[in-house]
Amino acid sequence: MLRFENVGMRYGIGPEILRDISFSLPPGSFHFLTGSSGAGKTTLLKLMYLALRPTRGLVHLFDKDISLTPRDDLPALRRRIGVVFQDFRLIDHLTAVENVALPLRVNGGRHAEIDSHVRELLSWVGLGDRLDARPSTLSGGQQQRIAIARAVINRPRLLLADEPTGNVDDHIAVRLMHLFEELNRAGTTVVIATHNHALIEEFGHPVLQLDNGELAVRRNIQAPAVSPGTGKT
Amino acid sequence: MMLGHRADLPFDRDQSTRFLPWIVALMVFLGALMFAGAMVVSDTIDSWDSTLTGRMTVQVPKDSATDAATGTLVTLLSATPGVTAVRPVPANEARALLVPWLGEEVLDSGLPIPALIDVELAAGARLDASLLTARLSQSVPGTTVDDHRVWLSALINLGRAIEILAFIILGLIASSAIVAVIFTTRSGLAVHAAIIELLHQMGAHDTYIAGQFQIQAMKLSLRGGIAGTAAAAIVLLAFAWVGRGIDAAFLPPVTLTIAEWITLLIVPAGAVAIAMFTARVTVMRALTRMP
Repeated sequence: MLRFENVGMRYGIGPEILRDISFSLPPGSFHFLTGSSGAGKTTLLKLMYLALRPTRGLVHLFDKDISLTPRDDLPALRRRIGVVFQDFRLIDHLTAVENVALPLRVNGGRHAEIDSHVRELLSWVGLGDRLDARPSTLSGGQQQRIAIARAVINRPRLLLADEPTGNVDDHIAVRLMHLFEELNRAGTTVVIATHNHALIEEFGHPVLQLDNGELAVRRNIQAPAVSPGTGKT
Repeated sequence: MMLGHRADLPFDRDQSTRFLPWIVALMVFLGALMFAGAMVVSDTIDSWDSTLTGRMTVQVPKDSATDAATGTLVTLLSATPGVTAVRPVPANEARALLVPWLGEEVLDSGLPIPALIDVELAAGARLDASLLTARLSQSVPGTTVDDHRVWLSALINLGRAIEILAFIILGLIASSAIVAVIFTTRSGLAVHAAIIELLHQMGAHDTYIAGQFQIQAMKLSLRGGIAGTAAAAIVLLAFAWVGRGIDAAFLPPVTLTIAEWITLLIVPAGAVAIAMFTARVTVMRALTRMP
């Protein structure tokens, strides 16, 4: 599904943000990604969702070597990845329905199908009564749920979430985690970047731990899903 | 709830796009006037060309212009190779030609008006006016031959130069429009960078994003194009209306035919096409810098 081999990343001529990152995520696995602020979590996620190309090393995604994949073929790969951004990145002038529908529109979906599908999902995340609301009129937690709905609407094969439970109450956080687990059970590979250690302990999935740009893989309670590469366990 | 009818990018909040219709309107206005001017000049040149090419006019001084002298000249001219028709111009017709230039009073004051003989030449035939003058003056002294080609070719050259100049100016106007669209599009790319990055991450092809800029460029330039064409049409109609009252043989008619009015629509259509194409190319080039 996803494999990093000796990946290094630096911005311009600055220091390496990530060094010798090697790991692989099997299909259908569920991982937490954690580390202190500035450890490189966001950069690692960006490499995973193909917003950046590594300055060295190899990234294999969906059985393709990204460095050898023509640029024109990358959109098709990106459509199989759902991303929940820490800052949500909702589009202000679009309604909740339109925001969630965006990946389907980009994918060329038909309006009628999109509409019913999106409404159903928004109702499921508890926003059935705010379908036509603009993001600016919604609370942080509601915006986060829209961002999550948008990330999963396409039934992605890989779901990457950056602090997806950072702005919601504990019971909603747990509910969202159950949503991610449900997607995971349906075959989606999930990586959740979070600082919430209680959540990590509660759900017990393996942890990718970033420290000063280096990755360590820590088995949690049940951890057969991760291949450590050169990472420490 | 209508899905899919709103652009993903909020162009209406982009200040820089507000000026584009005005810029396009001004350019289409100037471009349409230039194009119309070029068409009027072209029509005039064609008209002169078809009327005067292949013709010569023989002038006989009033004192020598007896019927016998005219008859001799007609005989000589008819026998000249390359001449297909010879017609003495009746005095009243010659006078009518001069009235717009000199007026009735001057003509009535006893001005000696030469007799004119209109000579038609075969297609492609060229006669040397000075040689012909020398030959005719031997029979009727003072006879001269006016070869219209001499002054007509200078006038046609001037007209063609004006046409070329008009098209160069049109080209410059189009270039300015391209620059304006490039700057507006780049500004839009910068303003909407976050949403573009989001669409890119979702797997939008470059053409999907470029298409949104293209549609926006079409809307803005169409608005400007319609306004500019309407303004140019008003000015051209006003010129035609004012020009209708001027009875001057030396001035070309400042009117366009129906076909030319339709041809004039090339200017706004071209402006819209240029805006769309420029926006697309600008966005596509910018997006290739994304991974």
